[in-house]
Amino acid sequence: MSEVRTLVIDGKDVAATSDQTVLSAAEENGIHIPTLCHLEGLSDVGACRLCVVEVEGSPKLLAACATRVEEGMKVTTSSERLVAYRRNIVELFFVERNHICAVCVANNHCQLQDQARDLQLTHFELPPLHPELTVDATHERFVLDQNRCILCTRCVRVCDEIEGAHTWDIQGRGANARLVCDLGTPWGSSTTCTSCGKCVQVCPTGALFEKGRTVAEAKSRRPYLPYLVKAKRQGS
Amino acid sequence: MSEPILSEIVIEPVTRIEGHAKITVFLDEAGEVKDAHFHVTQFRGFERIAQGRPVHEMPSLMARICGICPVSHLVASAKACDEILGVSVPPVAVRLRRVMNLAQIVQSHALSFFHLSSPDLLLGFDHEPASRNILGVAERAPDLARDGIAVRKFGQEIIERLGGKRIHPAWVVPGGVSAPLEPEQRDAILATLPDARVRAVRTLEWFKANLASWVEEASVFGSFPSLYMGLVHEDGHAAYSDGELRVVDGDGHLLVDKADPKPYWDYIGEAVEPWSYLKSTYYKPLGYPDGLYRVGPLARLNVVDRLGTPAADAELAEYRARLGRYPSSSFQYHWARLIEILHCIDMLEDLLSDPGILGTDVRARAAVNRREGVGVSEAPRGTLFHHYRVDGDGIVQWVNLVIATGHNNLAMNRAVLQVARHYIRGDQVRDGALNRVEAVIRAYDPCLSCSTHAVGQMPLEIDVVGPDGDLVRKMSRPGR
Repeated sequence: MSEVRTLVIDGKDVAATSDQTVLSAAEENGIHIPTLCHLEGLSDVGACRLCVVEVEGSPKLLAACATRVEEGMKVTTSSERLVAYRRNIVELFFVERNHICAVCVANNHCQLQDQARDLQLTHFELPPLHPELTVDATHERFVLDQNRCILCTRCVRVCDEIEGAHTWDIQGRGANARLVCDLGTPWGSSTTCTSCGKCVQVCPTGALFEKGRTVAEAKSRRPYLPYLVKAKRQGS
Repeated sequence: MSEPILSEIVIEPVTRIEGHAKITVFLDEAGEVKDAHFHVTQFRGFERIAQGRPVHEMPSLMARICGICPVSHLVASAKACDEILGVSVPPVAVRLRRVMNLAQIVQSHALSFFHLSSPDLLLGFDHEPASRNILGVAERAPDLARDGIAVRKFGQEIIERLGGKRIHPAWVVPGGVSAPLEPEQRDAILATLPDARVRAVRTLEWFKANLASWVEEASVFGSFPSLYMGLVHEDGHAAYSDGELRVVDGDGHLLVDKADPKPYWDYIGEAVEPWSYLKSTYYKPLGYPDGLYRVGPLARLNVVDRLGTPAADAELAEYRARLGRYPSSSFQYHWARLIEILHCIDMLEDLLSDPGILGTDVRARAAVNRREGVGVSEAPRGTLFHHYRVDGDGIVQWVNLVIATGHNNLAMNRAVLQVARHYIRGDQVRDGALNRVEAVIRAYDPCLSCSTHAVGQMPLEIDVVGPDGDLVRKMSRPGR
C-alpha cells in the first residue's frame, strides 16, 4: 500500500504517494519537466533521458520518469547544467539520424522539434552521421521512416501494453539499434499487427505516419491514450 | 613564347552568395574568339536525394530545389504524383493550382526584371557597380523601384494567402490542394489586383519608350534564330499550368503541335558536357547541338497564337509589330517577361472572379496505382518536367528533372559566345565586357540555385584561353 512522502521540488514543498515518480509528482504540482519517451498511460523506460533532474546527495543525474519519490528528497528540475545536458541530448537525436524538419511529414507537429525549440537549439555542433536508412511503406495504411525514429519505444510499449499485439521491438544496440516489426520482417507482411494505428498516434516524430500524408500533415492524436488505458483496466 | 598575361579584377564590396558561374572564352590562332563555355559549377543532387522517399512527400521535397520558384516545382511535382496515384484532380483544385502558379510567375518575373535587370537597363551596363543595383534604381527612378517591389509583393502575397507562407508552401499536394480558398482571402487578392495592373502597365510603357537605347545590346544578346518550345492550349492561347506541347522554328514552322508533353523523351534529348554540371537539352530530331531551342517568356510568346486576354494581346500585337512575329534576340526576354506579368494578372482576375473558385472539393486521395508519372507545367523560366518512378509501395526509385535553365543551356552558351565575339579581341577585353556577359545570362533569368537571384552580382570568372590551351587572361569577380 502506498504511503505519503514529502519532498522539495525546485524549492516547493510537495506531497506525493510512495508509488509516484518524481516526474508525476512534479507535474501534479505544476512543475514542468521536458520529456520525449514518457507518455501518460504507458510504462516508463527512461530511454530518452530528457527528464533528468538533480537530486541532492546524488552524484549523478536521475531520470525523473524512472525515479520514485523519497522522503525528504530535494529535487532541482532546471539549472544551467540540466539545460546543457538536455540540449546535448536533443542535438544527439538530431545528428544521429536524418531529421529534415522542412520536408518531414511531422513538421510543426513534432515533439522532438518542440523540444529543440524550447531548448533554443539553433544549430548543431556535432557533425551529423547521415546514416543510410530505409522507409518501410509495405503496410497498407502506415509508413515507418527509420530516418525520423528516435528509439523512444512508445510504439513498442503501446503495442504491447495497450493493444496486446507486441508487433514492435528494438533490434541491435547503440547506433545500430533499429525499430523492427515481427523480429525483422516488412510491416506489410506482419502476422501480429492488427493495423490499429496506436503506434502511429503515439509516435513523437515523423517516424510512424499514415500513408498518403505529405509534408507537415502527420498530426498524431495522443490525448486519447488515457481513455484506452482506463477502458482496458475496467475491462480486465 | 611570352608568359601568359594574368590579371584579376576584383570588385568591392563583397558579400557571399550561393551559386557560381564561370565562363571560358577560347581564342584561335588569329586571336579571334573561337568558342565560349558557360559553366555551372555547382551540384545539387535532388534527383538522388528523392530516392527512397514516399511519393506523397515529393511536391514539398522538390519545392526545396528553389526558394524563388518553389511553386513551379510544387505544381509539376504534384502533377507527376497525380499520375502515379491515378487520380482525377477536382476542377477547383486545378484552378487553384493555376492561381498559385500565375502568382509565382508574376513574383519571379518581377524579381528578374526589377530587382536584377532594371539596374542594367536604367543605369546603363557601364554604370559603376557599387550602385548598379536595386538601391541605385530606387535613387534614380524611385517609382520604378516601388513598382517592382509592389508587383513582386502582389505575387508573393497571393502565394501566402493560398498556402500559408510565401516560400515553400506545402499547399499543393498530390491529388489537388490541401485546403480550399477562403472568401476573405479571395477578396483580399482581388482588392490588390488593380494596383498591380497599373504598375505592370506603367513598366511596360517605360520599357517600350526606352527600347531605342538598348539597340546594340539587343543585336548581340543572343540574337539568333532557334527553335522555341512552350505549352499552349488547344485553341493556341498561352497555357502555364496545363496545355499541350508546341515547338516552332524561327520561321514559324510547327515542328511539334498539339502533342502530349508527358513523353518528353520523344522530343528532348539530354547531353552532358564535362565542363558543366548543367545538362544541355536539345530537340531530338535535330540532334545535339543543332537542336538548340529556347523556353521561357521569349519562347512562350513565340509559340502561342495569342495570349488570351485583351490587354495582354494588345501588348503582344505591339511587340510583334515592332520586333517581328518571331523575335530572336534573348534581350527581348525582358519585354516578354513584362507582357507575361500583365497577362498573368489578367488571368488571375478571371480565375478569382469566378465564384466557383471557392469550391471545397479540392483534393482526391488515393494510394499508388501506377509506377510512373510525368508532370509538366510552365515555370517562370520555361517548361518544367518532373518524371518519377516508384515501387509498388510508393517509394521513389528514380527521378528525372528537366528544368528550364537546362533547356536554355545551349542558347545561353551561344549567347555568351556572341557577346564575347562582339566585345573580346585577343587579350583585349573591351570595357564592360564582363557586365554584358553577365547581363546576357541574366536575360534568360537562369536559376543556378539562385546565383543570379541574389541582390548584387553573381560571382563570375572569365578565362580567355589561347589556341595552345594557355590561359591568356583571367578576369574574376566575386559575388556580393
